[in-house]
Amino acid sequence: MKQKFDPKANYEATKNGIGYVPRKEATQKNYDEIGFMSGLEVHQQVDTEAKSFCRCPAGMFNSSDIYDAEIIRHMRPTLSELGEYDGTALMEFRTKKEIVYRIKNETACTYEVDDTPPFPLNREALEKAIVLALASKLNIVGEVHITRKQYLDGSIPTGFQRTAIIGVEGEIQLSNKKVRLIQLSLEEDSCREISDIGHRRVYKTDRLGMPLIETVTYPDMVNPDEVKEAANYIRFLNRSTGLVRTGIGAGREDVNVSCTGGTRVEIKGVAHNSWIPELTHNECYRQWALLNIKNILNSRGSVNTWKAISKFIDVNDYKSINNYINTNSLIAEKVMVILLPNFKGLLSHFTQPKKAFANEISDRLKVIACIEKPNMTNSEDLNNILDEKEITDIFTTINGNEETDAFVVLWGPESDMKTALETVEERCVMAFKGVPEETRKSFKDGTTIFERVLPGADRMYPDTDSAPIPVSSEYIDSLKSRLPIIVSERINQLKSWGIPSSYNTYILSKNLIGLVERIITELGYEPKFVASIIAGKFKSVEGRTNSESKFNYERLFDLFKFVKENNLDNGIINPMLKGVYKYPNLNFETIIENLKIKQYSKDGIIAEIKLLKEEFNKIGFSNNNKNMTDWIMGKMKRKITGSISLKELRTLIVKEI
Amino acid sequence: MSEDFFQGYKGIALELLKKFNVRVWGQAEIETTRGKFKGTILPRSENDDDTHIVLKIITGYNIGIDVDTVTNMIETGYKKANYKIPEKEFPYTEGLPKVKLIGTGGTIASRLDYRTGAVIPAFSPGELYGAVPELADICNLNTEKLFAVFSENMGPEQYKTLAIAIGKEIENGIDGIIIGHGTDTLHHTAAALTFMVQNSPIPIVLVGSQRSSDRPSSDAALNLMHAAYTAGHSDIAETMVCMFGPTSDEYGLLIGLLLEQ
Repeated sequence: MKQKFDPKANYEATKNGIGYVPRKEATQKNYDEIGFMSGLEVHQQVDTEAKSFCRCPAGMFNSSDIYDAEIIRHMRPTLSELGEYDGTALMEFRTKKEIVYRIKNETACTYEVDDTPPFPLNREALEKAIVLALASKLNIVGEVHITRKQYLDGSIPTGFQRTAIIGVEGEIQLSNKKVRLIQLSLEEDSCREISDIGHRRVYKTDRLGMPLIETVTYPDMVNPDEVKEAANYIRFLNRSTGLVRTGIGAGREDVNVSCTGGTRVEIKGVAHNSWIPELTHNECYRQWALLNIKNILNSRGSVNTWKAISKFIDVNDYKSINNYINTNSLIAEKVMVILLPNFKGLLSHFTQPKKAFANEISDRLKVIACIEKPNMTNSEDLNNILDEKEITDIFTTINGNEETDAFVVLWGPESDMKTALETVEERCVMAFKGVPEETRKSFKDGTTIFERVLPGADRMYPDTDSAPIPVSSEYIDSLKSRLPIIVSERINQLKSWGIPSSYNTYILSKNLIGLVERIITELGYEPKFVASIIAGKFKSVEGRTNSESKFNYERLFDLFKFVKENNLDNGIINPMLKGVYKYPNLNFETIIENLKIKQYSKDGIIAEIKLLKEEFNKIGFSNNNKNMTDWIMGKMKRKITGSISLKELRTLIVKEI
Repeated sequence: MSEDFFQGYKGIALELLKKFNVRVWGQAEIETTRGKFKGTILPRSENDDDTHIVLKIITGYNIGIDVDTVTNMIETGYKKANYKIPEKEFPYTEGLPKVKLIGTGGTIASRLDYRTGAVIPAFSPGELYGAVPELADICNLNTEKLFAVFSENMGPEQYKTLAIAIGKEIENGIDGIIIGHGTDTLHHTAAALTFMVQNSPIPIVLVGSQRSSDRPSSDAALNLMHAAYTAGHSDIAETMVCMFGPTSDEYGLLIGLLLEQ
């Protein structure tokens, strides 16, 4: 009797088979076994008045539906001298997308739409980039040459990004090793995507052209936590110079990951460093899984004799598909089944948490054939769309072997079917070779999807519109005086004060180490307490409240000073934080008043305790002294804030009882 | 004939290269007061100064090294650049119109040498086919470079040469003519030809490009395709200009000048 194939069971079995462990359980041994390797490209906007190559203001942003004009472009790749098109360029060209740019007069000029050549490079941007390069211990170039880097996804109207190297061969110091830096470049930022549906992609041009620095590391990191640490370090370093923009979208990381036998895959635009460990962990195992699929396929047959077989089917013959399409209101002008010989057990093979190899195909159908998801099901779908009989029927229709083969059923506009078939075939042929070079997009859950073919290094050529810019040694020396204290020294300083490292991110990213130091040395507060207030309690207030006007962190120094000079108990600081932040101009006395916290003398407190003791006996809950103590504590806790500490209160209560 | 090992370098930079025996296209390791740099030595542009050396580093970017800062250089390898473009045959299809493309000096389509950054004009039918393969679906194309003059320097001499060439092609039975032309005086030449070539039995289309043909956003390819279609398939038997409509890629424009006799 035929064994029913269980996709979910297969998924779990293949997951365990390749040795996947969740990140929290993984050890360096796991990473060494699969040969985890990772490098970073950290992007950070430089804080300047104007954009890089024109005089438009930098840092002004518009909403997506307010614009003065829209223009349409189509991108064409340019052939290289090898008579070949760069892989990415070719892929983008095949998608035949119409790119629409929304332009607002205040933030874009004719340079942005490639109707005017570039102005000379923004000197403020260049100077700040040099300081940032010096901070990363890079060797500064003698002459800055501006290069064009081709991008055909439409994110830049010219089809290329102007970029220039400022420095090469530097290093950063992590907690237990050095990570080498390849280079730091200054480039123009790209458009922000508004939407990408079918064959139409819409962008806005407010961010386009803003100066951006990119710090590239060697792939020296050997586990996910190191990658996050490096990303944070570079972020602190850049921020500590005071020369970069902060806020949402001002910085983003591209992370490169590979495993032994895998390929360099780039995870682009990771918005939060906290996502990095999960993303890199899963990507490394995804590649490991693809290598397993490669081995299985090659053991079953050669790629040279492999061929997919396709056929259009009538959706009315398959109730499940029909229902699925109708329920989700999908476009299904044509429905195609594609037989994948020898792919049994591979479409449901684990690739990422909650994702299997079939997802890799579905992602490409969306990106390359422009068919919106959900765009397919298959003979081993983890979502179980087809029933057993339908699966067998389809195998019969396409002359496939249910024991050894698999199939994909896809649907969409008729005009996209040819590209769809090519895309599926292409991805399956790649599976015989291992891990395709890709750029992938990241999600909060730590998984990634295909975004585009990895661009070749040979898609760069000199910008014929810009002359090289000399950088003299005297100029560099004059900028060296603007360097901040090295971040690793600051981290050690915090450590030497006994401040828990969980507070480091806040203190360093807001550049508050000087403030913390002054509160400790000038006012004599205990370091751990200061850090817990500023990077703990205050940070949380900041996250949940809006300030009436711009908040100056110096006010925190004044607060600590006020409490000390008025002999108040430290416990008053925490409740005051909200008022201190929300009303930056309100004096501290009023804030305390508004908290309705009375100042008690010691005698007053003892009297209060005595009263409460009597009350407790009257109510007669119990005779237990501990219960009485706790009950009185509860009643008095808030009242004595600022007068004495909780510890002192408990001591007094116990004494009375 | 001796090879030029120091293409484009002069003065102090040339002396330095000679001193350390490092050639253009050599892989070099350079020690300077600012640290070490490694890459391929590229030719120097004649418009740039003689105090810097251009290096292409491994990530594909170019940088300049200040000659004053160099303390040592060694050549670790050598691979000369080869500008040859592989020839592809323009496929001829039975039944498609015969169109002749006359070149006057501009760059209609280009190819890039990524290694050096050189922009190489594509002009022969094979080269154009490589750059704009869609042309093969529109017509059977032949090309001829009549002369190579910047369009701002064009005058009566060139108009005459063009008119005579057009006449010859018409006698040979061509279905349509495209003339590649710089945008500076495209309209002058077109006007002159309207007077000089009267009662033309075929379309004569002048075409140029606003954005240079090496960039992905160039209008060159689309303009060329529109021009080829007009020359081969339309019944507009007169001289006209084909360019882009708006700055947006929405449509191309055909502009003609009708003469009343």
